[in-house]
Amino acid sequence: MRYHPHTPDDVRRMLDAVGAPDVETLFRSIPAPLRLGRPLDVPPAVDEIGLLGELGRLAAANRVEHPPFLGAGAYPHHVPPAVDQLLLRGEFFTAYTPYQPEVSQGTLQALFEWQTFVTLLTGLEVANASMYDGATAMAEAALMATRLTDRRKIVVSAAVHPDYRAVLATYLASTGDEIVTVPWGADGRTDLQALERAVDGATAAVIVGYPNFLGVVDALPEAAALARKAGALAISVTGEAVAFGLLEAPGKLGADVAVGTMQSFGAGLNFGGPAAGFLSLRQEHVRQMPGRVCGATVDKQGRRGFVLTLSTREQHIRREKATSNICTNAGLMALAATIHLSLLGRRGLAQLARVNFERARMLRDAMGRAGFAPTFSGPVFNELAFEVGDAAAVVARLAKKGIAAGAPLSRWFPEPRFRGSLLCAATELHAPELIELFARSVRG
Amino acid sequence: MANPTGWKPSVEKESGGAGGPARPGTGGAVRGLAYEEKLIFEHAGGDRSGVSLPAPTGAWDPAREIPAGLLRGEVEGLPSLAELDVVRHFTRLSVWNHGIDTGFYPLGSCTMKYNPKSSEALARLPGFAAAHPLLPAEMCQGSLELMYRLERALSEISGFAGTTIAPAAGAHGELCGLMMIRAYHVARGNARKKVLIPDTAHGTNPASAAFNGYRTVEVKSGPDGRLHPDAVRAVMDEDVAAIMITNPNTLGVFESDIAAIAEVVHAKGGLVYGDGANLNALLGVARPGDMGFDVMQFNLHKTFATPHGGGGPGSGPVAVKEALLPFLPLPVVVREGAAYRLVADPAERPRTVGRLREFHGNFGMMVRAWALIRELGPEGLRRSAELAVLNANYVRARLQDVYHLPYATDSLHEVVFTDKLQKAAGVSTMDVAKALIDEGFHPPTVYFPLVVAGALMIEPTETESKETLDAFVEGMRAIAARAAADPDALHAAPVKPVRARLDETRAARKPVLRWTPGMALE
Repeated sequence: MRYHPHTPDDVRRMLDAVGAPDVETLFRSIPAPLRLGRPLDVPPAVDEIGLLGELGRLAAANRVEHPPFLGAGAYPHHVPPAVDQLLLRGEFFTAYTPYQPEVSQGTLQALFEWQTFVTLLTGLEVANASMYDGATAMAEAALMATRLTDRRKIVVSAAVHPDYRAVLATYLASTGDEIVTVPWGADGRTDLQALERAVDGATAAVIVGYPNFLGVVDALPEAAALARKAGALAISVTGEAVAFGLLEAPGKLGADVAVGTMQSFGAGLNFGGPAAGFLSLRQEHVRQMPGRVCGATVDKQGRRGFVLTLSTREQHIRREKATSNICTNAGLMALAATIHLSLLGRRGLAQLARVNFERARMLRDAMGRAGFAPTFSGPVFNELAFEVGDAAAVVARLAKKGIAAGAPLSRWFPEPRFRGSLLCAATELHAPELIELFARSVRG
Repeated sequence: MANPTGWKPSVEKESGGAGGPARPGTGGAVRGLAYEEKLIFEHAGGDRSGVSLPAPTGAWDPAREIPAGLLRGEVEGLPSLAELDVVRHFTRLSVWNHGIDTGFYPLGSCTMKYNPKSSEALARLPGFAAAHPLLPAEMCQGSLELMYRLERALSEISGFAGTTIAPAAGAHGELCGLMMIRAYHVARGNARKKVLIPDTAHGTNPASAAFNGYRTVEVKSGPDGRLHPDAVRAVMDEDVAAIMITNPNTLGVFESDIAAIAEVVHAKGGLVYGDGANLNALLGVARPGDMGFDVMQFNLHKTFATPHGGGGPGSGPVAVKEALLPFLPLPVVVREGAAYRLVADPAERPRTVGRLREFHGNFGMMVRAWALIRELGPEGLRRSAELAVLNANYVRARLQDVYHLPYATDSLHEVVFTDKLQKAAGVSTMDVAKALIDEGFHPPTVYFPLVVAGALMIEPTETESKETLDAFVEGMRAIAARAAADPDALHAAPVKPVRARLDETRAARKPVLRWTPGMALE
């Protein structure tokens, strides 16, 4: 076994040093009735050739020959090979949480850079070292808002990702906090009149998507102003972070907290995980921030260096009084996003966002020529819903051709009026010819 | 050919003084070829980019569609670098890290075993890596089959009826497990109020309990480092929802009375939660599901060798007994005939605790864990536990005459020493940890568990050879000898890394959490 370096002679000499006659003796503290007494019923071992063959066949059973026209929280993007080759540096990916700063300055400086990238994109002052994903980042932000305001009501737009809202409900199930959901209007933006009615002196936070789940650039400034008037926190949620290359930073539009996923930078799709969630906020709220954070300091010779800091908020110090139970987060994916954003840089990010904006227009025009109109009239970035008749049937039909057509809104919204709505994304991976082919295929 | 230039490499003299070559550590550490490296934002600006992307056509003007106030220009502050600049930056940062690939990483309770390279290759197969999580089921049968098989294997390895593989990390799994426990009690008419937690527990345990609205009650472990049924009986009542037990515990000691403790808890209607952080010691030897546990979370990034990644991503599946199956979070993978399907609609699972994260879990970690289980097979899994336990006991045997062993109880996969014998000379656990860095080893887990003053918790894992352990033992013994002879040298450690003894107090008092233009630490 290549991962077990012990020769029989090693084992014998080690047992001699321990003073045990055999390995079995080392387990004598486990009472016999609690022992398994048989081999585990898992498949027999395979060698590396068999392993690569077997998992290769499983991978090949997935159909990924075309980039999917699917977003809905995970976006197909080009990740430069340089990102992955750097991630594969064993010093990065085989390291643990940087609790010992002397042997972790690489991870720590990269985290400090990640935190800086997040704040530059969100226009806020502080970011933590990452969250599990966007959905849990949003739930943790809502819990933070209840601590900061000492209020119990979370007002959330129905145009926030339904799975994110489901996670919010799961996280808040035992707290007794109330969740009020506000509908969207015909333009796909949060209904501001309904929002105004829902927000009151008991509201801890107002949560809107930016862009929202429907792909629409939501009315963040107006929603944030309503939150502010009521003394609540405004939380923006972003599933497609490439939008930050074109859209104004949420912090500049009144958001107090910006959360979401950086999946679009460096992570790839990976059937939905892992990717790095982000959480950023204003300096004044930092003591209630969940999760790890990296800070700059100096070493004993006065040289700049980095450490994990403000740990008195965290579970390993505060235990049951911690701001969250989060421990391991998504460090390597934060590094992936940091490397990708470093490669993109100022100009590359703007270019990438612009190309995404254009590809969505190519898709809109091609679908228009094929006879399919957008469901919502509001402004979009790189994702939008179309009326295609029976969206689930279209998805099933295109699946047979190996094309992932988009997400039928009926998956989350069973009302009959959404039966025809197909949510589609177009990115730099969707070449103009592929977009034309797609629109024609939807028509059938 | 002779040397036409007359150039000769300069050879430094063995001076031992400042600037001279450092003594190689027993782990091989000398002064590395390390570089100072600025923050990525501090490199020269300009009109560069490190990517190759299609050019925009200019056919559509964002200003015609997006309201003016919602548009931004280029993001100020972002770097402007060519690809090589970026590659060199992160390569330089990487060499400031110690990883498992670099050297021994005996970090207790973190199970820093080797992360197989073939797992990395497999997770990157396009069929896995390019699969969108919302692909129609017929387009992602490979992913679903892998998830199903992994779920079945984890249930068998742990001895439970079913497992959710959705949670993103161990602490997320704890949260999930306690949510299911709460839902179980609520379904029986009373959520209950308290969770019992031994004093040796990880900090995530009380934090997870509090997250679910439970008050935590600490249970003291005995002088042998074990939890005793009487101690549990004394605090157990019908307000207790569950007890959270790590087995083997964070002292590396098996809770031999686990069955009796489970009986005490079950008799009052409570459930037994298992923190599976230390499952590595039990693989193929014993199963938590057979010893009275009702719920247990795994850490795939510990037991099943998925990379720790400098702090994640992890994966924290949760296994449950039959009675808790209805409460499993969504989604759940099911097999129907020859096909696999995700159940994501609460209408199909009305008693589910709900959704815990976006999509289906950290699938990339599932591929790696399944690859390891497949290559090891039943015998290899058991051999992993045996060699992990042998390695810990070997280190214990070879160090117990120079470091104080607070518990004489049998060790399984890890062993806890203290700095008691070094304290007399003024040398602390932190000094030992920092001195180990100069030897070329990652320090053990320090000052944990909290029940041990000055704890040094060492978990070698099964993938380390006797040769490596011998070098570590030699380094630890040399440090103990120096603690007696020259304690000041240990206070000065480490001297080899690019930074030493960073000022953590200052970092917390005057937090600097991001780069800003002209940033200076005065």
